[in-house]
Parts: sequence; structure tokens; C-alpha cells
Amino acid sequence: MTSPAHAEAHAAHAEHHQLGFVRTYLFSTDHKMIGRQFLFMALFMMIIGGSLALMMRWELAWPEGNVGPEPNAATRVLLKLFGDASSGDLPIPFTKWIPEPYMYAGHMPPEFYNAAFTMHATIMIFFVVMPILVGCFGNFLIPLMIGARDMAFPFLNMLSFWVGAVAGVLMLAAFFVPGGAAAGGWTSYAPLSAVPTYTGVTWGQNLWCISLIVLGASSLMGSINYITTIINMRAPGMTYFRLPLTVWSLFITAVLLLLALPVLTAALAMLLLDRMAGTSFFLPAGGGEPLLWQHLFWFFGHPEVYIMILPGMGIASEILPVFARKPIFGYRAMAFSMIGIAFLGWIVWGHHMFQSGMNPTLGTSFMISTMVIAVPSAIKTFNWLGTLWGGNIRFTIPMLFALGFVAMFVIGGLSGIFMASTPVDIFIHDTYFIVAHIHYVLFGGSIFAIFGAIYFWFPKMFGRMMNNFLGYVHFWGTLIFYNGTFFPMHIIGIGGHMRRIYNPMQYEFLHPLQHWNVFMTVSALGLGLAQIPFVINFLYSLFFGPKAERNPWHSNTLEWVAVTPPPHGNFGPTLPTVYRGPYEYSSPGVEEDYLPQDRLLSDRPAHAH
Amino acid sequence: MSQAAVLEHPLGVEPAESPLTPESWGKLGMWVFLAGDAMSFGALLAGYGALRYSSGDWPSPSTVLGIQLTAFMTFLLICSSVTMVKGLAAIQHGDQAALRRFLGLTILGGVLFLSMQAYEWTHLIERGMSISGNPFGASLFSTTFFCLTGFHGCHVFGGVVYLSCILIQAMRGRYSATNYNSVEIVALYWHFVDLVWILVFTFVYLV
Repeated sequence: MTSPAHAEAHAAHAEHHQLGFVRTYLFSTDHKMIGRQFLFMALFMMIIGGSLALMMRWELAWPEGNVGPEPNAATRVLLKLFGDASSGDLPIPFTKWIPEPYMYAGHMPPEFYNAAFTMHATIMIFFVVMPILVGCFGNFLIPLMIGARDMAFPFLNMLSFWVGAVAGVLMLAAFFVPGGAAAGGWTSYAPLSAVPTYTGVTWGQNLWCISLIVLGASSLMGSINYITTIINMRAPGMTYFRLPLTVWSLFITAVLLLLALPVLTAALAMLLLDRMAGTSFFLPAGGGEPLLWQHLFWFFGHPEVYIMILPGMGIASEILPVFARKPIFGYRAMAFSMIGIAFLGWIVWGHHMFQSGMNPTLGTSFMISTMVIAVPSAIKTFNWLGTLWGGNIRFTIPMLFALGFVAMFVIGGLSGIFMASTPVDIFIHDTYFIVAHIHYVLFGGSIFAIFGAIYFWFPKMFGRMMNNFLGYVHFWGTLIFYNGTFFPMHIIGIGGHMRRIYNPMQYEFLHPLQHWNVFMTVSALGLGLAQIPFVINFLYSLFFGPKAERNPWHSNTLEWVAVTPPPHGNFGPTLPTVYRGPYEYSSPGVEEDYLPQDRLLSDRPAHAH
Repeated sequence: MSQAAVLEHPLGVEPAESPLTPESWGKLGMWVFLAGDAMSFGALLAGYGALRYSSGDWPSPSTVLGIQLTAFMTFLLICSSVTMVKGLAAIQHGDQAALRRFLGLTILGGVLFLSMQAYEWTHLIERGMSISGNPFGASLFSTTFFCLTGFHGCHVFGGVVYLSCILIQAMRGRYSATNYNSVEIVALYWHFVDLVWILVFTFVYLV
């Protein structure tokens, strides 16, 4: 295979490798730089998606700027700061610069509200959570964790990022075309989305389709790379059951992406043809089937849910053992339960369509297959608890976010069982209960995992440590205000509060729930403010943080074997050899409480197990 | 380790734990791509089935579409798969001239297929079929016809371009009995396009 001469030549190659600015920072084929590019793009998109959410919350608490007859204390403070106390008018702050017809002097019209919730979800799902979990951490971690020098197809990898960036530009461009951005919800149900006059949105919805088709191409290139890299390029000794669980989760996610996104792409192409070429795939008037869109969309959409949570599970499984100083409980059960979740994810899409007039027998089979997912999910949850049990827990920032992930995921998982049950779903369908559920799994799940991962791998990515104090402020602020924002959504959802409505005060029966809307909006503002310490911490530490050592968390996996930050080619002249699984913490065989995967213990045979 | 893998991987080839396709990363990459592409064809065919099943006035395909011409096109495409197999077998024995010959024939098969498809489309458009409607019944009949055959035609066109690139490399003498991974990979793609056509032909023309 490799001759020593070859390896030497490589080392020399790595040392003398000086690329220009463009090849290093822009059109880089290095998986670590591409991972960082995905991170920066997604964090930028997160600011836009988050701002849209805050504008929506403001509109819901004080519809059309109206504070109501008896404003509470928080509202009175905001009125003093941003509003007109004499008339009780409370426009959305910092939005006066947005011109008509998007905003009217800080007041949001219904059309823009529809665009805001559509684009908030689209941006957060496709341009924040997926690029960070899969694009950033998939790229950065896979080669480092399996002991490879780069991805299998570095050029394809670069193309994947830049095609994704084009998709992002196309999506944002939708805000600037006549008619505004897409406003049919992120699910874009036909025929609402298929006929421009129904929403008044013309090019906004077209760009939405085109952007996601382009993003599908980017994602396809990414998954080809991930799958090939993990199957072909594991370092000697890195068998499948010695892979870190993060790599397992990203591998399964890549398979889901590979098989799910082409279905969405096909559906989007049909929708685009309906809008632009006069076809009628989804239009009953021309013999089409609106339900076909729902089936195709959710056949993609449900695996998509697991695309966004599986990497979070992998990240939590990585962080918990490191800071409990214990091996993960049930490594193989963790891997197999992720495979089980991924498989079941393909046969449950109908649970999004219980209210579409589906045959009740079919609905029941979808209900049962959905509830079966609780089994592998519970295996994972109990294994996380088993990992913590009796551990020597260190409450670092990444650990707090990982613990937050487990706790919030449990709440989101439990509310999922309500919706999976067809009789309950009749009642809570299309209410804020659904909004609560998705935010518990996507924010409490995925975003908490993302924050944990950023704090955990920041030292390896950028070579500097993040500030602890700002991290604690960020975590506790986020946890408290996050629950203040999203937990009451369960309550108002049960109370019948519909989702995607512009002005709740138009409905007499929602008036008693309005104080919850105010409470949630004030919490959401707190949640937004709680991200400021993170932004400061991230940017400050990027340039001025204390230099990180090679393995600051005393972790076992191979990325900590590479120098910090890893150079081009990741490892020195020879690749590491792997002798054991990734979670051998507090092993009685060694003096330290950790045992890196590549350390050869001389008194034992190399392949003991 | 073969030369191809070294060339494909800029950092060189180093030992790895039980790779599935140690001779070339590209081969596994192509298999993975084809799995994804199969899902897009699968979605289109499933959508076609659902729309046709729920339609009351779907014309019988054989009354509108020229089955004989398309049957010949299918035969041609299968023949081009055979020449692809012969080309790969030739280079595995180190016969570069035969590889060039068979690659040329494969490309010819693809080009003839596309030409006949263009002829067929022109003919059908002249008879009033368009992507948004047709005089024979359900408008979705022609919509799905153009989408499915068009999407497949794009794959054939891409395959012809891809095969031509491989032929240029073959004419430069890049391939040999120990270095034929790229030929094998393009063959995977071409056989996939052929296989998908048999499904499209069956469901759109015959059933």
C-alpha cells in the first residue's frame, strides 16, 4: 500500500503547501475550511431567520401595534421605549427603515406576516440547521474523526458549499422581487402555492422552488462525499463499531439526505411547472392531485426531521461521555437505534396528513409506525441517562448544552406522541401545539446541540478557547427564555389557538389567551438578547481567545490527536492507527481518566477485542 | 493500489480500514449518486402512477405514441449498453483500440437515441401535444410524458457528454489493463440510464 517514501513525500508536500488567499479562504477544497464556511453562512442566516421570528412574535403580542386596553408592566415599558404612550401604538422597533409595501412605518401587513413565517421556517431548516449540523460539522468532523486527510472528493466538496451559497442568495433574493417572498408556509401546500393569484406572490414562490432545487444539488454532492469518505477512508483499525457516534449519526443522516432530497426536488420541479408552464400536477381543475404534493413533500419531510435531529443526537452522545468521564452506555444500542429511527422515518410520513381525508385504517397504520419510533428514541434517552449515572460530571458549557438537548428533546418527543395519535391530532392539528412541538425538537433539540457542538469543537476549529462566563450567560439565558417562549405554546395550542394567524384578536375565543402571547413575545425578546453574549464570545474568541491546547477536554477521539488547529492534511506524516472504541474514559488500564483511540498499550495485544 | 486511485486522490493513497472500493473512491461515489438519482426517477414515476390512477380520461398510450419507433429506440439503448460492456472488457484485457471503438459505438447509440427522441417529440408537438395539454384526453398525459422522457433524455445527453470525455481520454491512451476505473464508472452510469429507460418505456408507453 503506502511506501515510507510516499509518506515522506506527503509530509514535504504538506509543509510546502502555500496557497493564495482565494484558494485558502474562498475556493478552498480543504474540508475544515469548507466546514467553517458553512458555519459562517448559517450563523448569518440565523440572524435573518431569528429577526423574522421576533417580528412575528411582536405582531402576535401586539397585533397591528395595538397594546389593548390593559397593557401589562412589560408592555408598558416597551411602550415607553418604542411606542406612543398616548395612542397606545406600539410599532415593531428598528423596522421603520423597511419600505412599503413590506412594512408600514413599523407596522406589519398580513401579506408580510405570511412571508415572514414561511421564510423563517425555510431559512432556519434549510439554511441554518442543515448547513451547521451537516455542512459544518459533517465536513469538519468526518475526516478528522475517522482519521482521514480530507474528504473523498475535495473538489465536489467545494462545489457543494458554493452551490449551497447560491441557493442561499436565491432564497434571500425573494425578499426583493415584486410580490415579496414566498408566503404559502414552508410546506407550500398546493394549490395555494401553485397558483400565483392565491397568495399574490409571483417570483417569490418561484425563487423559493428554484433555491431549494439548487440546494438539493448541493446536498447531493455533500452526501456522496460523506458516504464515500466514511465507507472507504477510515484509518487502519477504525472499524465501523469503533466510529464515534457523531460519525455514525452523520453517516445515517447522509443516507437520509441522499434518498429524501431528490423526492423533494422532483416535487419542486412539478410545482414550478404548475406555476410557470401551465401544467396542473397539483391543480384539480386540470385533473391534478393536491394530495400528491403532500405525499411527495412529507415523504421527503419526515426523513428531513431526522436529518435535523440525528446529528444532534450524535453530538450529545459525543459530549456527554467526555464530561461524565464515563464510556457511553450501550454504544451498539446507540448506533442501532439511530439506524432504527432512520428506517422508521421512511414509513411514517402519513402522520402529517391525518386531517387530509385519509382512510382511517391507513391513518391507524401510520399512527402505529409513528409510535414505534418512541422505542429507539427511548433507548437513546435512557442510554444518555445511563451514561450520566455515577459519572464524574463536569458542568462545562458544551456539557450544559448537551444536557439541555437531552431534556428538551424529551419534552419534544413526548409532545410528538400526542400528535401521532390520530384522535388527539384531530383536536390539536394546525394549532400552536404543533409549533411548540417542532420548536422543542428543532430549537431545544438541534439548536441546543449546535451550540454545544460550537462550544465543544471551537478550540479545534479555530485554535482558541471561548469565554466561560459569557458561555454560562448564554446557556442560562437561552434555556430560561427558550422555555418561556415555547412552553406556553402547548397551552394556547390546547386552547385552540391556530397557527399562522396574523391577528389573534380577531377571534373572540382567543382573547383570554392573549396574555400568553404577550408573555411568549417578551420571552422571545429575552431569547434574542441571550444570543448577544454568544455573538460577542464567538467573535472575540475568534481573534483574542486564549490559545487552545491540542486536547483541552481530555477527549479520546482522533480529532484531538491532530494539532490545533489541524493543518492541511490533518495528521502528520503517517495516519493514526486505531486500537479501541472512542469512549474509554476512566479505564482502569491507564493512569489518566481517558484513553485516546490511537494510543498503543504495549503490555496488551493491539487488537484485543 | 492502482494508479487511478492515486490520481483521483490528490493527497495520495494511504492505508485504510476495510474500504469497500479500494481501487477507486469514484466507483462508490457513482453508486451513491445513482441511489439518489433513482429516488428522483422513483418520485416522478410514483407521481405519474398516482395522477394516472386518479384520472378518468387518460388516453391509451398506444393510440397516441408510436410504440414501434420507441421499441427500436429501446433496442438501440440496450445495444449501447452491450457495446459499453464490450468496451470495458476490452480495456480490462489492455486492448485500447477496441475500447475506443466500443466507446464510439456507445456514444453513437446515445446520439441516435436522442435524435429519434427529438424526431418523436417534434412529431407529437405537431399533433398538438404540449407540456400543458393535448387533444387526446387528460392534460397530464402529455405533461407527464414530456417530463419523464425529457428527464431521461437529459440523462442520456449527460451520458453522451460524459462518454465523450472518457473517449477523449482513451484516445490519449490514458487507460490500460491496470487502469480502467473511469471506464467502469461511466459504464455504471450508462447502464443505470438504460435500466431507467426500460422502466419509463414500460410505464409510459406500454402499460
